[in-house]
Amino acid sequence: MGARVNAVAGGTANWVDERTSIGGFVKFFARKLFPDHWSFMLGEVALYSFIVLLLSGVFLTAFFVPSMTIVTYDGPLATMQGVEMSEAFASTLHMSFEVPGGLLMRQIHHWAALLFTAAILTHMARIFFTGAFRKPRELNWLVGFTLMILSLAAGFSGYSLPDDVLSGNGLRIIEGVTRSIPILGEYVSYWMFGGEFPGEALIPRLFTMHILLVPGLILGLIALHLFLVFLHKHTQYPGGGRTHKNVVGLPLFPVYTAKAGGFFFVVFGVIALVSAVFTINPVWNYGPYDPSPVSAGTQPDWYMLFIDGGLRLMPGWLFDVIPTEWELWGYTIPMNVLVPAVIMPGLFFGFLALYPWIEAWATGDRGEKHVLDRPRNVPVRTSLGVAIITFYVVLVLEACNDIIAILFHVSLNDLTLFLRVAVFVLPVLAYLITRRICLGLQRKDRELVLHGKETGRIVRHAHGEYVEVHEPLDEHERWILVSYDDIAPLEIAPEYNDRGVRRKGYKWDRFKQGLSRFYFEHRISPVTPQELEEAKHAHH
Amino acid sequence: MSTADKPVDHESTHGDVPDSFEDPGLPYHRPRRADVDPKAANKAERQVAALFGLSILGTILALGAYFMIDMTGEIASIRFANMMIGLGIFLAMMGIGLGAIHWAKTLMRDHEMVEERHALRSSDEARAGAIQNLQDGVEDSGLGSDGSGTSRRGLLKGSLITAVLAAPLALLVPQIGNMGGQWNTREFAHTMWRQGMRLTRDPDGTPIKAADVTIGSAFHVIPDGLNDLEHGKIEAKAKAVVLLIRLDPRDLKIQPGREDWSFDGIVAYSKICTHVGCPVALYEQQTHHLLCPCHQSTFDVADGAKVVFGPAKRPLPQLPIAIDDEGYIVAKSDFHEPIGSSYWTRLKNTSDGLSGDTEGGSH
Amino acid sequence: MHSLARHRYHRAAPVVLVLLLLGLIAGIAAAVSTASSANAATTTSADDVSEGQKLFAANCASCHGLGAEGQDGVAPSLIGVGAAAVDFQVGTGRMPMQASGPQAIAKRTQFSQAEISQLAAFVASLGAGPAIPTAEQVDPALGDAANGMQLFRTNCAMCHGSVGGGGALSQGKFAPNLWETTPTHIYEAMLTGPQSMPVFNDANITSEGKRDIISYLKAQDEGSPGGLRLGTIGPVAEGLWGWFLVLGLVVASTVWIGARSS
Repeated sequence: MGARVNAVAGGTANWVDERTSIGGFVKFFARKLFPDHWSFMLGEVALYSFIVLLLSGVFLTAFFVPSMTIVTYDGPLATMQGVEMSEAFASTLHMSFEVPGGLLMRQIHHWAALLFTAAILTHMARIFFTGAFRKPRELNWLVGFTLMILSLAAGFSGYSLPDDVLSGNGLRIIEGVTRSIPILGEYVSYWMFGGEFPGEALIPRLFTMHILLVPGLILGLIALHLFLVFLHKHTQYPGGGRTHKNVVGLPLFPVYTAKAGGFFFVVFGVIALVSAVFTINPVWNYGPYDPSPVSAGTQPDWYMLFIDGGLRLMPGWLFDVIPTEWELWGYTIPMNVLVPAVIMPGLFFGFLALYPWIEAWATGDRGEKHVLDRPRNVPVRTSLGVAIITFYVVLVLEACNDIIAILFHVSLNDLTLFLRVAVFVLPVLAYLITRRICLGLQRKDRELVLHGKETGRIVRHAHGEYVEVHEPLDEHERWILVSYDDIAPLEIAPEYNDRGVRRKGYKWDRFKQGLSRFYFEHRISPVTPQELEEAKHAHH
Repeated sequence: MSTADKPVDHESTHGDVPDSFEDPGLPYHRPRRADVDPKAANKAERQVAALFGLSILGTILALGAYFMIDMTGEIASIRFANMMIGLGIFLAMMGIGLGAIHWAKTLMRDHEMVEERHALRSSDEARAGAIQNLQDGVEDSGLGSDGSGTSRRGLLKGSLITAVLAAPLALLVPQIGNMGGQWNTREFAHTMWRQGMRLTRDPDGTPIKAADVTIGSAFHVIPDGLNDLEHGKIEAKAKAVVLLIRLDPRDLKIQPGREDWSFDGIVAYSKICTHVGCPVALYEQQTHHLLCPCHQSTFDVADGAKVVFGPAKRPLPQLPIAIDDEGYIVAKSDFHEPIGSSYWTRLKNTSDGLSGDTEGGSH
Repeated sequence: MHSLARHRYHRAAPVVLVLLLLGLIAGIAAAVSTASSANAATTTSADDVSEGQKLFAANCASCHGLGAEGQDGVAPSLIGVGAAAVDFQVGTGRMPMQASGPQAIAKRTQFSQAEISQLAAFVASLGAGPAIPTAEQVDPALGDAANGMQLFRTNCAMCHGSVGGGGALSQGKFAPNLWETTPTHIYEAMLTGPQSMPVFNDANITSEGKRDIISYLKAQDEGSPGGLRLGTIGPVAEGLWGWFLVLGLVVASTVWIGARSS
């Protein structure tokens, strides 16, 4: 029988190959190597939750009606009997309460969306802290960054589709933010909503965006993202035998086919479990959109919290005297909205998008990098990353200020005042503390290399002294701790040459030197063999 | 700590010591139990098969739940049906996933292999070939700079670029133009309120007598006739909603120029926040503060709804009210300034016939 | 096809019966207690008023004054607040106030229902005010939950949350969770506007409207069709669970996948 199966398989393969020359692809892909590390699977989490989103989303489109036409509810839900609502909301209730498994699919879709966005950020953080964005992967960082932005667009457009009070108020905030943009804002608002808010065009437009435009772009960019991963081959953590010129790992077929393929089912399984047990986005609680009501705890989904937090944090009056909404020459410029909702996200995302170029330019590092950094060995980048995360978390906390106030019995006014200061102070503190920790860890690495591991065994010397026996590292352990680049800050030519003439471009060089110093002034060099020899001698 | 924490310039007493450590190469590969012990391998195989079996049971559970559980419309039955289908899907997926991974971890190769990387840069020949091909192409197109008739080719290039840049307008202008629906931004400044229009309860639309509004009361208000609108009801409501509050007249600080806008402690303010347009609705009776639940702008109703906390800068617009012959509360006019969030031409767009009173921004 | 469902109902039958029985007992108890308070309110006697006066002098007068006329900056006058206000404030344990703070906190009441009725009778005798509602006025079974939903979200949800889970106000004050509050107390709170809460007199929300709101709130007892509710505080709780439970489980599995088998 085995022979028969082989014959059939061979025949099929031949048939396909003669028409597609797929043999070359299979040869190329089947034994591609991937390094093994848990943190390399975070991107897969994002990919797999996106596939779950596609699968559950197809189910939902079969029942959702993207229309703002008003109908009167007549279904099993007692608290909605006879209530006027849009068809979008009514169809959401129908699929939740009358379609077996429909509510489950909504919950799978929504939980998968939260996981999708969370996984993207976590993956992005891993790339950032290990330096995987360096040459030649800058473009792929940009592709991934765009995917992150698209995930926000996908999330927000989908969140608004049921046309409930919660998301409707979110849309009203978006309208308010849009209107605040100088000169163009009013027209952009009309363009988005098809006239005055809320209009009747928005849900159908968001629907098209949510099921066609954004997922289409995401799919295309995922293809590009993965193509570049294959082209560049995967990065790897430092270790014996792992260099910038090779990749050490296990083959795509069969090991990663099973591991990564199986992981898809694990991700799906976790989402299904959580969706079976926990309610998410209970729109039947919020009710159909109506511009008048609003409920306590009005927040967007977590990935938009940082913008909402910014809007809450920014005062309308600075110290009760300086307005942040300006009226200049008869025109209104609401900086209290523009700063947190337009300028801050613009700078924040702009910095993230350009970071690979900023770092390469500031450090002058131009080589291809395939072995990852241990975050402690790049203290400045690591500290910058932690500072950015701290800034983000402060904004997220501020967006939850009413929830925190009620949970911990604090005044939300006091909390807001505290966070208004914290948003500036905490990132700086986080930067300084992280850098200290990184340098401390590096010193500890040096200690380990020079003096070995503590064994816990105490011995008494002949002259009565007690010492703990230290066991030297083996060469593999040592290699991980010493194999990193030791870059000194940029040296520049002096301002005046020996004839006392000021040279051109000195100021620019000084600026670049400043940046280089920012990155490399505080650093701990790896142990050299010579130092190790000396340490050994000192011991004996 | 200005320089590297590294001892510098040792007298080298160890001439044979290298400058840097050497890569020790790949570590020794230690076999797993299943690699050396057939019993362990068999056990792993059985575990994998059991996990796949669990997945099959999960599928059966999901299908069984779908076919057997009646959703009667009761909350509990909906919850039960969804939960059982969900748990079935969970087992069906998890069984396959854990099984496949366990298989890969215990029975498939775990001895790492090495693959060389190749430079991403194309070879010099390939680059030269690419440049040659492009040059040939440019020549074939007649756009090359050498030879005669450069002016005609300049014309070609210029007209092509102009045409390509202009052509999208043929698509975009109608598209964008139509999507706006309308472009008259003066609409932002108008609401449905008119002189003599009664204030009615949200959502049922019944009129309110001044006597109904006892001290400490807060009424959520829509204009009379809003519910009967054929078109644009929600859009009208989005601008016209009002909060009607009665304070002890002794607590109320009447704003200059608005002496006749309130009635015996009854005041009406727009419910739409001047920050980004959420409904401001949390009225704290004792402090007379109105709090917006979206971004916590706080307005003092007793003092012209001025901002006392949060991101809003302007007070809520006040709706001037009076009492009609039958004792019902009516509007004296539309709002005297655009309601809701700020926009570029807000100060240009004041309401019908009543202009100038857009100040009130003093804090 | 329905055999499994029937079988399941059979197996669950004892549990269901016990729950029903418990529900019945709780229902009767609730009905009895509200009925008794209503009775007490409607059949106040001169005895009740004088007993109430004694209780008032002992427990309330230090702040509100012997004649309940109040003290500026300390406690409001209670003349004309009515029996409903007393029944709510004392019945939910908010009064007597334990300590001054941003707002009076609900706690275990110190008085029996009879004593509360006597206090209420005394305060009601000082000036006309809202009376304690009858059992019929607060019976959720008689209300229209859908109308209650519309009234609740227009008038109440901005402070108490979309289904009455509670929410924050300014300066450390908060709107409490309403799920454990009795229908009578919910009604009285709307009628009298305790503390930060505005007054919703019968001209604003009719007596039937108030009952509809109670009906909507009691409909929440059925729980969520989607499973556990995560506190009904909205997307923040969902995000928190998304990060720590969903992503946590998934990352834990990546660690397992990445770890080498022994």
